[in-house]
Amino acid sequence: MLKKEDVEHVAKLSRLELSDAEIEKFTPQLSSVFEMFEKLDAEDLKNVEETSQVTGLENVTREDEIKCLDDLTCCTTEELLKNIPIKESSSILVPKVIEDK
Amino acid sequence: MTEEFRTVIGLEIHVQLNTRAKMFCGCDNNAEGKEPNTVVCPVCMGMPGTLPVASREAIEKTIKLGLALGCEIPKISKFDRKHYFYPDLPKGYQISQYDQPFCKGGQIELESGTVKLNRVHLEEDAGKLVHPKGSKYSIVDLNRAGTPLLEIVSEPDITSPAMAKDYMKELHLILRNLRISDADMEKGQMRCDANISVQLKGERRKGKVASSPIVEIKNLNSFRFVEKALAHEEKKLQEEFEKWPEKKTKLTHGFDSNRGTTYPMREKEEAKDYRYFPEPDVPPFDLTRFPIEKWKKELPKLPSHHRARLSELGLTKEEANIIAKDDTIKDVIENVAEKNKAIIGKLLINNVEARKLSIEALNQIADTIRDGSPSNWVRDMIRRSVKSGKLPLEIVKETKGLAPSSEEISEKTKEFTKFLISENPDVVQKHKAGKAGALEFLIGQGMKMTKGTVNPKELREELVKQLEEEKR
Repeated sequence: MLKKEDVEHVAKLSRLELSDAEIEKFTPQLSSVFEMFEKLDAEDLKNVEETSQVTGLENVTREDEIKCLDDLTCCTTEELLKNIPIKESSSILVPKVIEDK
Repeated sequence: MTEEFRTVIGLEIHVQLNTRAKMFCGCDNNAEGKEPNTVVCPVCMGMPGTLPVASREAIEKTIKLGLALGCEIPKISKFDRKHYFYPDLPKGYQISQYDQPFCKGGQIELESGTVKLNRVHLEEDAGKLVHPKGSKYSIVDLNRAGTPLLEIVSEPDITSPAMAKDYMKELHLILRNLRISDADMEKGQMRCDANISVQLKGERRKGKVASSPIVEIKNLNSFRFVEKALAHEEKKLQEEFEKWPEKKTKLTHGFDSNRGTTYPMREKEEAKDYRYFPEPDVPPFDLTRFPIEKWKKELPKLPSHHRARLSELGLTKEEANIIAKDDTIKDVIENVAEKNKAIIGKLLINNVEARKLSIEALNQIADTIRDGSPSNWVRDMIRRSVKSGKLPLEIVKETKGLAPSSEEISEKTKEFTKFLISENPDVVQKHKAGKAGALEFLIGQGMKMTKGTVNPKELREELVKQLEEEKR
């Protein structure tokens, strides 16, 4: 069973502000997810290699050239900034992340 | 008090590689002078569904540094995702390296000792944040996001703030030597985080060395600041040593360069909070298929090599250090004739114009310099050669301007000294009366009259000799 502090910690890492009621609500929910994963601990995985790659590829690199990787990545600044909620000419604005000294 | 303590310092240094394009996309890696967010693409902006492709050049540069620093280059290497939430990191994770970096171990030799390295790994730089005072917004510029970034992690082998500065300077030289980064600290191309703790010498508590907490000082962007911030923190840790709890803790500080002091910062997340896992979008690397032996052979000579060679050739340590820092001079020194290296080394240090000459021209000048050649003859020859583009030997032929031999010079000086004495009877009189400074005045006059073509040391000796003879 996860503790309330674990949920608070994960919320902090995700920069989520949770009310006490929400923490109460999410603690058992998140806990049950973990319990499901814990079932895997019962399996003997000593001889099973971890899977972090599924393509079987190796040494995929590109030459050092200034050009779009492909047509889809060739975009104008306007297109790229289209969905930015707050901007000032080409600057992206976000709620201030540090306090003024 | 300082004798009781031992200082333990480790440095993490970030270096932007000077590739043409970014680490995982084809955006220009040089955004100098560009408007915010104009040197970006969906990949470095972290748009969903994009696929990063690693730069071969960045990997080559990383491994070359590893080879220069004596690192082990493992057979297998891979990238990992390092997660943290901050507006400078659009994907919510940084592509970095966790347990299988490109380079492991290694060391940097300093006069003050050897600093072992933990690793050198490759990652992508984050964007830049500006926090305008009074505004309720922070400004995000992602032009820097995706720049290939090295992280060079030392072991805690550094024992003083001065040694930390030396370490950084040496690394800076090596990076410049390898031409893998401009490492301009003012532009943030080389940045340093320093970890420092102090330990009580000898004393152990519960079987452990009694130690202060480790303080990490972030974003030190000059050699001077590294030393200053560490010296400040070292003193503070020693003074407040008894106050620290026994449990070893870690603190994060920033450095206020205006005040020369450090201040506490937002606590950093711990390694496990970064939730590292292998980057599924970038397949792993089998480094045995990279031409590592060839790269090893291509490595340029390192500053330590130049220093050692130059001091063998009779240059002072300071002179050798100047040369080791200068790319142009270094190239020349490696290529001039063996017997001329010391002469040319000194020439290049003292005469900026000489740096414009070809290696052939420099060798010819060195060959024609004889014992005691007046420096202005050399200066004149360099100037003529630079101006006309002719080789010194051609100029000598045309003007019959061979450097005078030492015998010729002595004969000239003798004659000139006689003349100088006869022209200044009153000063000579004063000198004979024991007036201090009269001799210096004569030498000064002589240098002026000859426009520096006599050797002042010889002139003095000759003056003293002739004046003595006159007395008799």
